[in-house]
Amino acid sequence: MAETTYLDAITQAMSEEMARDERVFLIGEDVGLYGGAFGTSKGLIERFGAERVIDTPISEIAITGAASGAALMGMRPIAEMQFIDFITCAYDMLVNFTATNRYLYGRACPIVVRGPAGGGVHGGPFHSSNPEAMFMNRPGIKIVSPGTAYDAKGLLKAAIRDDDPVLFIEHKYLYRRIKEELPAEDYIVPIGKANIRRKGKDLTIITWSAMIYVAEEAADVLAKDGVSVEIVDLRSIIPFDEEAILSSVAKTNRCIILHEAPLTGGAGAEFAARIAEKAFDYLDAPIKRVAALDVPTPYSPPLEAFALPNRDKVLAAARELLAY
Amino acid sequence: MDLSKEQLLEIDYFLRLTRTLEERLVALFRQSKVIGGLYRSLGQEGESVAAAYALDYAQGDVVQPLIRNLGSILVAGAKPADIIKQYMAKGDSPTRGRELNIHFGNPATDGFIGQISMLGDMIPVMAGIALAGRMQKRKLVTLAFIGDGGSSTGAFWEGLNFATVQKLPMVVIVENNAYAYSTPTEKQTAAKRLADKAVGVGARGETVDGNDVLAVYEATKAAVERARAGEGVTLLEVLTFRLKGHAEHDNQSYVPQEIIDEWRGKDAIDRFERKLLEDATATRAELDEIQQRAKREVDAATDEAERAPMPDGHEAGLGLLAGDGYWER
Repeated sequence: MAETTYLDAITQAMSEEMARDERVFLIGEDVGLYGGAFGTSKGLIERFGAERVIDTPISEIAITGAASGAALMGMRPIAEMQFIDFITCAYDMLVNFTATNRYLYGRACPIVVRGPAGGGVHGGPFHSSNPEAMFMNRPGIKIVSPGTAYDAKGLLKAAIRDDDPVLFIEHKYLYRRIKEELPAEDYIVPIGKANIRRKGKDLTIITWSAMIYVAEEAADVLAKDGVSVEIVDLRSIIPFDEEAILSSVAKTNRCIILHEAPLTGGAGAEFAARIAEKAFDYLDAPIKRVAALDVPTPYSPPLEAFALPNRDKVLAAARELLAY
Repeated sequence: MDLSKEQLLEIDYFLRLTRTLEERLVALFRQSKVIGGLYRSLGQEGESVAAAYALDYAQGDVVQPLIRNLGSILVAGAKPADIIKQYMAKGDSPTRGRELNIHFGNPATDGFIGQISMLGDMIPVMAGIALAGRMQKRKLVTLAFIGDGGSSTGAFWEGLNFATVQKLPMVVIVENNAYAYSTPTEKQTAAKRLADKAVGVGARGETVDGNDVLAVYEATKAAVERARAGEGVTLLEVLTFRLKGHAEHDNQSYVPQEIIDEWRGKDAIDRFERKLLEDATATRAELDEIQQRAKREVDAATDEAERAPMPDGHEAGLGLLAGDGYWER
């Protein structure tokens, strides 16, 4: 297959799943005639019709609520949040209704909620956030966050086929910057499995989404100093691959958790606690987290750049751990 | 009026079953056998039963109650024993003790789905159920209940607007019982009639006497048939009153006694039965037999629920996601 962008991988996943299963449909703002604010649903309404590609009012509560209701009746909706930041408008519906269907009532609610997260595009505070932590602590919704085109396509397919709610967090910075050769045949990436993106023995970086490339940049610099970094791309936040995390830490004995969301109460705090609890004896240094400052993402480029994680912040943390 | 004598007596049965079941729940509550709060629909049984009776469950219609619509899910087929088990937090309740009171039901199979507590959230959900029905080429209609207070929420507005612009087969009943807990409607909204909220979204709004069982049935039936024919959403305001407080612990001292007494005199069940007798549709003996039957069923349901086991606490961590087989057991 030709080189496929991260964005087109998402479009392909939706298109292929909609062709494969007539229960799958897309619902959201500007997803139909416009093809999505970023073009993620381009061509879908032409191929599948307005009945299965539904343009909605600006109503995140109704989008997620209606999708959830439809899912209870056997449909497989994909509810798009135009920017994942707007998922906060649907937070109540998602954590109180969508997430509780199976645990409280034994009902399957196979809905996918997807949308673009992340900064680096000067989008300002309401178009740049990363929401995984706010859903981690309200059980019942799986959370996935791909960083490659391959994983974006495979995880979205897995999410659509999953019988429980899945929050699919894509990254807008990656949409057109990432291009990969993808398999022609159908494939899925299983939810809950990490990918050891780079093998190493001196230091583990646990990360996901756009930060995997920041980790790679740092790893390249460290390689010049003879330091071998292992990069664990989690891909799934809930459930997460605890085995992969612990195995890597057991091997390298030093660990950085890198995520784009702010530090305090971020997903990294959970992984750090898990490592401290279960791999304490393997650690030769404290667990470090590299994350955004605890602030809303600011707009002006120098402010945003300073607030977000970057290669140099990872290098500083790495050198501290290696010198410990 | 297209209701046969059998149907009219059946409506009376559901009215009496609702009231009798709730009176039993009060008794159990006073014995501390009901866990947590108890919410009665005393005074509102009429509109709950009448509206739900207008659906066609054979076509897959689904009703969504709020806390004062127990009668509606009894009409849809909910079992009294299941309801008592829910209130007693029993391990073999429909939610296996995980959820309380009438928060249960599978819309795909049961004809009803209980609410979650965040008011208004069920409106978009019911719109989604209607949407799925249309996508599946079915003719099902959804009926959602909301209160005067609940109709203030963002979720209500988004759901109503979405359902209306999509012309979904849905009817929304706004129960205007003048109070949301302790808050009178004058503090809830400046709208003169709650049915006027339909104007804002382009839906059809109607107001009807909520304590007139046949009037509620007729208005709902017409709305349901319009919905089924593709004519869109109706917001049907039913005027009624809560003869007790928000819950058993609330003595509603904030409501003037004269108002409560006035509405007690307009009780829907009394009016309905008086009319059946006046029209010679039913005899006193037939109505008494219906009440006896309701009592027998509530007695049997109580026995079953009291004998049921509590859940095993060790199961609290199971059944969150598919795969552990918990719900298949």
